Amino acid sequence: MALVINKGAAASLKEVSGRSLWADARIRFFKNKAAVASLIVLVLIGLFAAFGQHFAAWSNEEINWAVIGSVETLGRPSFESGHFFGADPLGRDLYARTVQGTRVSLMVGLIGAGVAVLVGTLYGATAGYFGGRIDDIMMRIVDILIAVPYMFVLSVVLVMFGQSLVMLFIGIGLISWLEMARIVRAQTLSIKNKEFVEAAQATGVSTPRIILRHIVPNLLGVVAVYATLLVPNMIIFESFVSFLGLGVQEPSTSWGALIAEGADQMLYGTLWQLGYPLFFFVITLFSFFFIGDGLRDALDPKDR
Amino acid sequence: MLVYALRRILVAIPTLLALIAITFVLMYAAPGTPFTTEKALPPEIMANLNAKYGLADPLLVQLGRYIWCSACCFDFGPSYFYKDQSVADIIRQGFPVTLTYGVYAFLLASVAGIALGLAAAVRQNTWLDYLAVGVSIGAQVLPNFVMAPILVLIFTVWLGWLPGGGWNGGQWENIVMPVIALATSFMASIARLTRSSMLEVLNANFVRTARAKGLPERTVIFRHALRPALLPIISYLGPTFVAMITGSVVIDVIFSTGGIGMFMVNAAFNRDYPVIMASTVLTGALTILFSLLADIAYAWIDPKIRY
Repeated sequence: MALVINKGAAASLKEVSGRSLWADARIRFFKNKAAVASLIVLVLIGLFAAFGQHFAAWSNEEINWAVIGSVETLGRPSFESGHFFGADPLGRDLYARTVQGTRVSLMVGLIGAGVAVLVGTLYGATAGYFGGRIDDIMMRIVDILIAVPYMFVLSVVLVMFGQSLVMLFIGIGLISWLEMARIVRAQTLSIKNKEFVEAAQATGVSTPRIILRHIVPNLLGVVAVYATLLVPNMIIFESFVSFLGLGVQEPSTSWGALIAEGADQMLYGTLWQLGYPLFFFVITLFSFFFIGDGLRDALDPKDR
Repeated sequence: MLVYALRRILVAIPTLLALIAITFVLMYAAPGTPFTTEKALPPEIMANLNAKYGLADPLLVQLGRYIWCSACCFDFGPSYFYKDQSVADIIRQGFPVTLTYGVYAFLLASVAGIALGLAAAVRQNTWLDYLAVGVSIGAQVLPNFVMAPILVLIFTVWLGWLPGGGWNGGQWENIVMPVIALATSFMASIARLTRSSMLEVLNANFVRTARAKGLPERTVIFRHALRPALLPIISYLGPTFVAMITGSVVIDVIFSTGGIGMFMVNAAFNRDYPVIMASTVLTGALTILFSLLADIAYAWIDPKIRY
């Protein structure tokens, strides 16, 4: 900013602590109102998922026999009956099930993004750093894996090994890192010829250490942005699979499964079954997209 | 240019073969045979069945035969679940339906998305821009499986304007909702992409030059700015089309349109391996084909790109 030539002024500047790239980014991020609001919403949803069941009058597996058969009237959302979000045709409490579905869906999103960050970053950074034949082979593998229609891979995996939450997580983890690897590789290509990498090579730092300590930290901005945008995509993907009945199995549930149930029941006047899960699904996705956009604006000065 | 296209085609073929091989080995490794029933079959009958379907041969022979038959004669073998139909029959029956509403949805998503993004970029920071951005963000959180029930709720249950499902030979009433449900979220992504890339181009020096020499705004935008701005969208359109084919699964389930998606889902539940394999291979082949086309179109539109 202020290019100071005057020596006295330069001395006084020393006392001003410098702002790091990250501090700068934080300031920019907190100026973005939509992103900050989304962050608050997301924290609330996280609290809802973590502690929501303590406020439930019914557990997620209990059946309220009284409302079965007349869900449309007796199973309405109300505080007297304890069904804050209403009940489903099997007499289960929708509030408890929404809490549970929120947990599963958030977990899917976070695990997918986590695998992408770990595997995708290391894979992409390695391919990009080595370049040449190794890069060719590694990225060709990614190309092939991306061409595999993931929907069917997941259904094959689920059919082969049985439908369980663990298999769902593995399947999503298998898919999520591919795009990340591509992005990280492209970014690595652009920084691997910079002076600081050359300096590290000249002082004899080992290759794995250069990748981990010199390349990867400089990629973190891109990785953070992309990981945030990956979470909602993984949630959409899991919900898509669960919507079709291939994902989580009863008694466990997720937003996709709840939305599917609600869509099935919509003709019978129990709209709360579609409404509540859909509300949580939509505002969570909104929040993640806004935070991702905010992070991109904060971390990628080119886009400002 | 021609050399580049040829080289890309040469790379695409082994990719496709590798894809077929991976899927086949996965299926081969899957536990249980299609003939596993509640009652154990006598070993002689099992042996005969395996011989009839060629399942007794070594893996490589089976793989080779599969690749040969599927690539040359479109023969994916018999369905294990629909006893009287071959996989090719099922595809022939379902694919035209999927393709019909898929193409409409693709056209709607790309035309409306580009128009929306273009309008937003040209009128940046006006109400039109905010509206377009708002619509595209809103549409992004409405994937097809959310959009479809909402449409049915509004137009079938409340208003009673459109039938809630069925194909009916492709009457327009039956096509409207599947197309909108499928197109919405892709339209949003295309609009966002168009807006940001158009904004970047509009700030470029050559656009300033074009304006400085007094060209009318219309010419600046459509003759100078639009073409380079569309480049990133072209590479996005390929995967979009394939994602729509995948997304058609939901459309088929909700609207009972009878496209290929329904067969795919049922195949996953019924362990109908040949059908799952064929859909994997077909969708994979489409993915490869479209990324190939996108790459070639890219090189053709932008002569600056050298590979």
